[in-house]
Amino acid sequence: MSLLSVVELVKTFPASRQERHKRVLAVDHVSFEVKEGELFTLLGPSGCGKTTTLRSIAGLETPEEGSITLADRVLFSSAQKVRVPASQRGLGMVFQSYAIWPHMNVHQNVAFPLQVLPRARRPSRAEIRERVERVLAVVKLDHLASRDATALSGGQQQRLALARALVMEPKLLLLDEPLSNLDAKLREEMRFELKRLQREIGVTCVYVTHDQAEALAMSNDVAVMRDGKIEQIGRPRDVYESPRTRFVADFIGTSNFIDGVVEEKRDGRYRVRTEHGSLEVESDAAFAAGDPVVVSARPEHIVLSTDLNGAGPNRWRGRVEVRSFLGEVVDHVVSVGGREIRVRCNSAISIPPPTEVTLVFNQEAFTLIKAGA
Amino acid sequence: MAGGTAAALGPRLFADDSLLRRALSARNVVVLAVAAVVAYLGAVPLGFLLWQTFVRGGHLTLANFRGAYTSVGLGTMVLNSLAFALGSSALATLVGSTLAYLIVRTDVPGKALMFAASLVPLIIPGILHTIAWTFILDPNNGVANQWVIEPLDGHKPFNLYSIPGMIWIEGLHLAPLVFLLMAAALRSMDPSLEESAIMSGASLPTVFRRITVPLVRPALYAGALIMVVRGLESFEVPALIGLRNHVWVYTSGIWQALNDAVPNYGKAGAYAMSLLVLTSVGVYLQSRTSRRGRAVQTITGKGFRPHPVRLGVWRLPATLLVLLYFAVAVVLPLLVLFYASTQGFYSPPSRHTLTHLTFANYTATWRDPFVRHALVNSIYVGLGSATAVMLLAAVASWLVVRTRLPGRWIVDNLAFMPLAIPGLVLGVSLLFVYLRTPWLPVYGTLWIIFIAYLTRYMPYGMRYASTSMFQIGRELEESAQMSGAGWWHTFRRIVLPLLTPGIVAGWIYIVVVSFRELGASVLLYSPGKEVLSIVIWEQWRDGLQTQVAALGVMLIAGLVVLVAVAYKLGARIGVREA
Repeated sequence: MSLLSVVELVKTFPASRQERHKRVLAVDHVSFEVKEGELFTLLGPSGCGKTTTLRSIAGLETPEEGSITLADRVLFSSAQKVRVPASQRGLGMVFQSYAIWPHMNVHQNVAFPLQVLPRARRPSRAEIRERVERVLAVVKLDHLASRDATALSGGQQQRLALARALVMEPKLLLLDEPLSNLDAKLREEMRFELKRLQREIGVTCVYVTHDQAEALAMSNDVAVMRDGKIEQIGRPRDVYESPRTRFVADFIGTSNFIDGVVEEKRDGRYRVRTEHGSLEVESDAAFAAGDPVVVSARPEHIVLSTDLNGAGPNRWRGRVEVRSFLGEVVDHVVSVGGREIRVRCNSAISIPPPTEVTLVFNQEAFTLIKAGA
Repeated sequence: MAGGTAAALGPRLFADDSLLRRALSARNVVVLAVAAVVAYLGAVPLGFLLWQTFVRGGHLTLANFRGAYTSVGLGTMVLNSLAFALGSSALATLVGSTLAYLIVRTDVPGKALMFAASLVPLIIPGILHTIAWTFILDPNNGVANQWVIEPLDGHKPFNLYSIPGMIWIEGLHLAPLVFLLMAAALRSMDPSLEESAIMSGASLPTVFRRITVPLVRPALYAGALIMVVRGLESFEVPALIGLRNHVWVYTSGIWQALNDAVPNYGKAGAYAMSLLVLTSVGVYLQSRTSRRGRAVQTITGKGFRPHPVRLGVWRLPATLLVLLYFAVAVVLPLLVLFYASTQGFYSPPSRHTLTHLTFANYTATWRDPFVRHALVNSIYVGLGSATAVMLLAAVASWLVVRTRLPGRWIVDNLAFMPLAIPGLVLGVSLLFVYLRTPWLPVYGTLWIIFIAYLTRYMPYGMRYASTSMFQIGRELEESAQMSGAGWWHTFRRIVLPLLTPGIVAGWIYIVVVSFRELGASVLLYSPGKEVLSIVIWEQWRDGLQTQVAALGVMLIAGLVVLVAVAYKLGARIGVREA
């Protein structure tokens, strides 16, 4: 069942200092639900409204319209005129900068949320100590409890921020690009660590990131945002394999976009005529003959062959123009007619330019998208 | 994006509690109280000044101005004031920026010496600096006149009691401020700008003229304007030097008007208004210059370590110049002051006086109950106003920097307004306020001096507090909110502790400068409620030259200790004027 529900959220900002009356929609009627125990990701480029949405849930921004409900408790509702202050919402939050208080040590940082509880609900000193130690052990910082918070490394600060957010045992944990300040190696490590912790503790999370790999690796559900709107919500695999718009296909992974027109549908396959040849694409979407479409072709599902026989649908002739070695994979840029198609091969296949090749599109490479979407 | 619906939407607030409880939250009560105090301090004195000056018997009148400018002509007053202020500014800018260039950008030795010298205006109060120079340059018994000028120039001593004499003393006192401003500007200049000019084939003098000077010009103009304003505000030099020869400027005019047999409040008000207009124009021009400068400058905030310019054969003369400055501006006045303090009656140094040194002045001053009483008063008012200013500034800067409350810019401007108000103008205004409001019985008590200091030092407090406030990431407060802390907990446990270094630095600075404040105090004190600077002022006017010197040396020693402690605490305390 859903724990958090966000309905028709709207938040605007003044367009600029000079034109205060003009307002820009930062969040444009955004709605989504997060199920208990799951990790939900808001993914998008900077300025897409993902952080504003997260901060509205936190209570650090006040939206103009919509409602936010957490397990039957209305946190915000424009219709009911309800706005619970951030400090009363009982949510945990990890900030992008970690926001570790530099004048407190590790233990004091984590104890703070318990110390500021109203007297009636505040645990005893002994219990605060015990709970802080327990949560520090969970994030493996128990041996550093008396260390100055500023003496910690980046990864340790990150875990400290997490411990501080978790010590209240919140129903919902908000994470604002928590890994973006770490170096590449550590980021990958923390990605798995975070996922493991989330599963162990069973806390529901809303996660904001611009890193598609992070989103795909960690989430139960992903919402891709653009210009304040959600473009697509779904399981990571569905979003990756069946992007509904060109933006989503482009933002999640890389893709080749080939414009074309539907000729006919036969045996569940659309035959699409393009400038450079025809493609046969499997799709559940409904198109009629003559509809303009875009075929999105993932570079890792295109195969290069030096066998130049048998051109036809899904087998195009081209010439390798550029080859770049990336370690685990080798990228090739292949020219077909006037355009370039990116092909990603495993490192066993490496073809020097200029070589005439045949491009073979596998069916997994394709997604059919309505033109203009 | 911004469609028709978006334009119609404004931010709205929602009441989740009763309206009354929201209105009386800790945050609102504290913030409103602070805003009210700041507004009261900033706006009320000016209101009374306007009213008292322009309204007589219930209607608008310029009679006060006519009265004021009949005794001393408008032209003379304006010309004297401007000549004094512009002259001091020119001297200070020339000396200060030359030294700054030599110290920051060339291989001249003695950098530590110059930075120590730059603290002189902080440590030597203006009145003591002026007194020291009368010992040096008095036409009858000044050391320099007797030993250097008369032998060189026949029998014509330099007349200190003239506009050039005033300019010399004020300019030397202001030079370190220009030095600090220009040193900061030169140090933050990207050396690659000059290096690329050298790579383009320009010679060093060309680089200096075409690249360095244009780049620091906005800072130079801004600095010179600040010094003009400071010159206009100066009271010590016009009162101690100018009055002897009836060289009137606005500040001495105000003082005289209130110290005639019958105080002429209308005349004082008219002078104060005129002076306020001049200083406001100066402050306005200065802020415009800095703002425009920031727009065209590629000077960044980064600290660079530029390669110093090698002076070659000019290194020795440049070094001598720096040493000469140090000797004349720092060593000489201190030495003369100390010498004077060891004499029973003042006469220029000779074999006789140097063999008859006495420390009787020190013991007498130390035992003097009048001095002790003033010291206690100074400590009360100094510590009290420093504490009050920093607490007000902590909340007010939070309000200005952190919140998006609609009226916050008013609080900001009101808190900074006293910057354009000379001490004497503030004194006159507070006099008007508290002579007219007998139900607030602060006139004749120390409280009126406390209020004056509170007003004068509010801008400095705001600057220290808001600089620190900008350094505290917003997320540090937001994470406290997310942890369940309300405003009061967040402010007390997160904001205040993180602000502490800035608050301590500002606090010490205000204590130090409050000990030398004269302009406002001299109009507001009453018998029995003197502060130390007033004791110096009164004793000097009573002709107790050597006793004043002893008291001055002790005061300077005390301030040196205070500033040293500040440095020990790591508080980045500099001369933050303007």
